[in-house]
Parts: sequence; structure tokens; C-alpha cells
Amino acid sequence: MTSTRAMHDIGGLDLGPIDRSEHPRTLHELRVDAILILLTSPACGAFKVDALRRAIEEFSQVDYDHLPYYDRWLQALTNLLIEQHVLSRGEIDARVAAITAEAAHGH
Amino acid sequence: MSPHDHHDHDHSPIEDGQGPPGPFQILERAVRELLIEKGVLSAEQIQRQIENQEGRTPELGAGVIARAWTDPAFHAELMEDARAAVAKLGITIPDAPELIALENQDGLHHVVACTLCSCYPRMLLGVPPAWYKSKAYRARVVLDPRSVLAEFGLTLPEDTRIRVVDSTADLRYLVIPRRPTGTEGWDMERLAGLVTRDSMIGTGLALPAAE
Amino acid sequence: MGIEPRFEPGACVRVADRQPQGHCRTPFYLRGRNGEVISLAGRFHDPAQLAQHRPGLPKLTLYRVRFAHIGLDGRTTQNEIMADIYEDWLESAP
Repeated sequence: MTSTRAMHDIGGLDLGPIDRSEHPRTLHELRVDAILILLTSPACGAFKVDALRRAIEEFSQVDYDHLPYYDRWLQALTNLLIEQHVLSRGEIDARVAAITAEAAHGH
Repeated sequence: MSPHDHHDHDHSPIEDGQGPPGPFQILERAVRELLIEKGVLSAEQIQRQIENQEGRTPELGAGVIARAWTDPAFHAELMEDARAAVAKLGITIPDAPELIALENQDGLHHVVACTLCSCYPRMLLGVPPAWYKSKAYRARVVLDPRSVLAEFGLTLPEDTRIRVVDSTADLRYLVIPRRPTGTEGWDMERLAGLVTRDSMIGTGLALPAAE
Repeated sequence: MGIEPRFEPGACVRVADRQPQGHCRTPFYLRGRNGEVISLAGRFHDPAQLAQHRPGLPKLTLYRVRFAHIGLDGRTTQNEIMADIYEDWLESAP
């Protein structure tokens, strides 16, 4: 074959037993899902879902393997918001720092 | 949105309040707050979208299957133009992706996957279960579908052909499971009660008719 | 890529085996495989372009293609794979 297998392109690999456990989605997961649906909807149009998939496909192998499903989408949408100049890395970092400090000192 | 907001519906999502927030919870809050402050999204939109998506459950799909089993004209339309057919039941599905019904038959069993990510008919069945999005399922269902189905407790007859349908593009798939025997004359509501989520993905069959 | 679809239902096609440039919805396990066009699914924007915030024009015809299933031992089984492949990843099979 000429082409090589991309990291996310796993159809046909023998990857072991399937974990069939289920849990109701957490508030965090519901929010991430809602935000990505809204951002990719025609009304908002920040980017297409194809761009989100591409952003995930650009992750390192380590991140792709170890980030939980919704955190992959969250990281991808964050990367795209920066790429599309909707938000800046600086303002995200500043807000993360502020929230982290607030959490450390109690509410 | 405060974690202390009340929810009107019965099933509140798991609160994230146990222990300190992790880095991704903090990132989500940071991104959400910034998007709201900049007017890209509103808190109300986010809440509405959560409720909208939570309102889509496998029961919607089960009702479609029950009607297909009992109404030949609907069944024909479902096979021809699934989106238009379910619209007649009051279920609106966005233009893209397109919806296609796959009919299980004697000797032919469909199972749906998305090997590349997690594409799924969410506007009809709700969000997919974690296993559908898992690497193990995505990888192995096209490699050895029979052993994957066995993990779900489904052993098909030896001569049944399994057709694995990989949702690689703009189409989403709904499996029409076979109608269980002994259900003649059942009304649609009773029939819908036999249609499990997994039977509409293809990792299970519809439940048998109870005694 | 013209407006008229290149392939009809029943056509024997081969999935291209080339290295994708960026986002690609033709999975590795099907590249280079021969299959049969079952139906045409309409025309859609090119996902590789949408992924880069480009319009994705001209639209590409999307084909529902059936493939034999190759099992763990490398032999075909009684089972099948179906996948949806964009026209720019399909060639006529000999």
C-alpha cells in the first residue's frame, strides 16, 4: 500500500475487549456537547464539524489515546476558536488562571 | 450556569461537584464564560441545546420502527426517504446529514459504526453510548463483526450475512430490527417497547414478545 | 470533478490508495480495495476543504459502496462492509 494509517483511523485494528459500561452524562459533558453543536450550527457558523474532526486528528498520539472523549472535543473546539480568532490564547489562559486561583482559595 | 440551578426534568445529570475541578472542567468554564461575554453564545442557548439534545432518546427511534412494522406505506417511505418519513411523525432532522434506514432480513443483519470518529443518528436516537465511540468498537467491528456481536451477547445463525455499515460521510444510519414473532395484532406502543437502542444500531435484536 | 456522476449503481470501483492531504473520510482499511457501487447518495461539500474553513466547492458525489469483508485470516468471509466514499477517492476497477 502507498498510504499510511493516520492515528485516528483505526478501523480494522484488533484493539481488545469493548467496555460496555454506561453512565449518564455529566454536566461538564453536556455543556461541551452543547457548545460544539452550537458553534458548528449554521446560526453561529464559527467552524464546521469537519474542522473539529480535523483538529482532533492533529492531536499527538498520547493525547488522542488518553484524553477522554469529551475532553478531546473540548480541546479541539478551543484550538479552533483560537485558529478562527474568536478567542485568543492569552485571554483563555488568563481566565483559566483566574478560575484556578478561585478554586484554590475556595468559593 | 451555577451547579445549584434546579432542573425541571426527573433525571438531573451527574453533578461535577465532587472534589476540585480538573483542568478540563476549568477550561470548559473559561471558554464558555468568554463566549458568553463576547456574545458568541448565550447561557440560555446552551441550556436550550442541552435540553433539546436530552429530549432525543431511543424512544423516538423505537416509535419509528413500530410504525414501520405495522404500516406498509410508512415502511416504504422510510426505505425511500427516511428523513421525510420521520418528519411526518413530527421528528425533524436537519438537512445534513442524511438519514438512511437499513432493514434486517432473514439471513441479513446490519450493524452500524463510525470507524473514524463517532457519527451517529443523534437527532433520532439521542447521543451514542460510550462503547459506540470507543476505539475497541470502532476498530474491531469491521475486523471481526461476529466476535464483536458475541460480546454484546448476540449470536446470529451461522449462515447469516453481517453487513457492517461504516458511517464515513454525510449519511447516518438507522437499523430496522426484525419484528419479533408472536406480536401479531400488537399496537404500536406495545411494539415500540420491544425496540431497544442496541437493536437500532445492530448490536442487539428487538426484545422477544413476553408471555 | 464534473457535475455528472462518474459511476452508476453496479459499477465496479477501486478505492484510491494515496496519502491524504489533511482531513480525509476514506478509511485506511478500505484504500486500494475493490467494491461495488450500490447507490448514489447525493452531492456534498468536500469535507477536506470544510475542515480548513474553505467552502468545499465544487460539491462531490457521494457513493454507497459495498466491499467483501476480509476476516482475521486474510480470507473473505460471508460478511460485507458498506461505506460512503466521495467520488474523488474512487477509480474505475479493472
